[in-house]
Amino acid sequence: MALYKKHTGKQTVKYTRNTSIMILLLLFALATLFPIYFMIISSFGDPVEAGAMDYSLWPAKVSLESYKFFFDYSEHSYRWLLNSLIVAGSVTVSNVIFATMAGYAFAKIRFKGRSVLFSILLCAMMIPYQVTQVPLYILIVNIFQIENTYRALIMPGLVTVYSIFLTKQFMSSIPNEIIECAKVEGCNQFQIFLKVIVPLSKTVMAVTAILTFMDSWNTFFWPFLVTNTMDMQTIQVGLKNFRFANTTYFAPMMAGATISALPMFILFFSLQKYFLEGVTVGAVKG
Amino acid sequence: MSQLAKVPTTAKVAKKRKWRGDNAWGYAFIAVALVVYAMFTAYPVVSAFIISFQEYRPLGSVFIGFENYINTFSDSLFWKSIKNTVVYTVLTVPVTLFLSFGVAILILPLKKRTQTAFKAIYYLPAVASGVALSVVWLWIFDPMPSGILNKLLGLFGISNLNWLGSSSTAMFSLVLMAWLSSHGTSIIIYLAALLGIDESYYEAADLDGANFLKKLWYIVIPFLKPTTLFLLVTGVIGSFQVFQNAYLMTGGGPDNATTMVGLLIFNNAFKYFEFGKAAAQSLILAAIIASISFIQFKFFGKNIEY
Repeated sequence: MALYKKHTGKQTVKYTRNTSIMILLLLFALATLFPIYFMIISSFGDPVEAGAMDYSLWPAKVSLESYKFFFDYSEHSYRWLLNSLIVAGSVTVSNVIFATMAGYAFAKIRFKGRSVLFSILLCAMMIPYQVTQVPLYILIVNIFQIENTYRALIMPGLVTVYSIFLTKQFMSSIPNEIIECAKVEGCNQFQIFLKVIVPLSKTVMAVTAILTFMDSWNTFFWPFLVTNTMDMQTIQVGLKNFRFANTTYFAPMMAGATISALPMFILFFSLQKYFLEGVTVGAVKG
Repeated sequence: MSQLAKVPTTAKVAKKRKWRGDNAWGYAFIAVALVVYAMFTAYPVVSAFIISFQEYRPLGSVFIGFENYINTFSDSLFWKSIKNTVVYTVLTVPVTLFLSFGVAILILPLKKRTQTAFKAIYYLPAVASGVALSVVWLWIFDPMPSGILNKLLGLFGISNLNWLGSSSTAMFSLVLMAWLSSHGTSIIIYLAALLGIDESYYEAADLDGANFLKKLWYIVIPFLKPTTLFLLVTGVIGSFQVFQNAYLMTGGGPDNATTMVGLLIFNNAFKYFEFGKAAAQSLILAAIIASISFIQFKFFGKNIEY
């Protein structure tokens, strides 16, 4: 890296520099990771009330009692995880399908009103969600009357503007010649999409899938608004209820937080490349 | 389009037919997206405008003109929430950008593998759900002397603080939490931009005998200006909508010291069911966000070539 001096010949200077950089970065990493470490370590404690407790940063013992306590809180606590999975799964599948299609159309199919429509879509990214939350709530609860159903949880997220933007950005970089060739071979647009575009777009589809799934799994606000019985709540809403009902049970609360976050950690570590790629796809060259 | 004019007439006709065919395909491909957008984004926005001029009642709302807006502007709590939001934004966004920039610069000379490891570590809090993080931070801010943060400060001889419970520290507590959990994305974006700077610029600077700081000032910072602008604008937009942490950790208290606009709108809508007032306030918020973004582009966007 040429921003930094190479220090050829002065090994000690280089060594000191690299060591101090590492120390700074590690300290900051420590501060970043601490809450997560604290959460996981503490979740193995006993489910006792926190009155006179002492937090330890090292697990004195490993017990799963607090996890049991969390799941025993409600007969629907396993259902929360299932609900989250159902909602996030459906939203992800539909986003990948419909955003990829729309992204392809906006990037490569020439049709009337394309750029106008796309700009209108982009405007939505500037509108704060507070604007749409009240009308959306009225629409789902009073007009459609589907409060407390999976449909209410899934429908507003079926395909997001962000996913469309992401796929469109990616597909703009696919060379036109490939599509022209397929056209000459007699493919119609749907065949082109299925046989040429989809195989080329696996990365962006994976990125869309992961970002959508994570977003949907972690979302709290909307499920909190449109569910009113425990059996329809998602894990995030369940965790919030647990926390307000058991304000003094420290370890079980940490166990609940770990349960809500762990699936995403596992996903993150197994598909890290796509997560990190997803962050930059929409941003650089913005 | 200019190529179209050059092709002979027969081909032009053929192309035109193709065009018409493509129109149908285009609409077919975006149909679902458009329906979802129209129903769950466009309609609500239009509806928000209408609701903001009404006193909402489930069976037949009443049109009350600008009353919701007038009430909002004369409501001291609204102004306090704006002030809180501005304070929160000013304390979080620039610091996060500065930290991210610094970290990205430090990561840059490392080996690719180490870079990836650090990126993953810094991004991890962004993967955890906001509810989970708020639960954890709630205990980190435990006001008892045995609380983690109080213990840590105790090592430096600072006495106990009632972090979230006192109006003088509650806002700072939320800010501290933001500093330590919302930098992952910007670090990754900064690093990607840093890696995109062509080596030849540094080489030219080396020939001129520029040192590290000079290179940073004359090459890196100007090159990263579009990235900084992007992160600044999106950061401010996000920060103005902040709702979840205030709601889950302090509930806006104590004494409304952490009531942000987002939370105020939520309370008006879903605690007091004053939909009209909430809609009016949300549109004012949208206008504020739009004008701030516009000013940022005007002010910092100069000399940026996209």
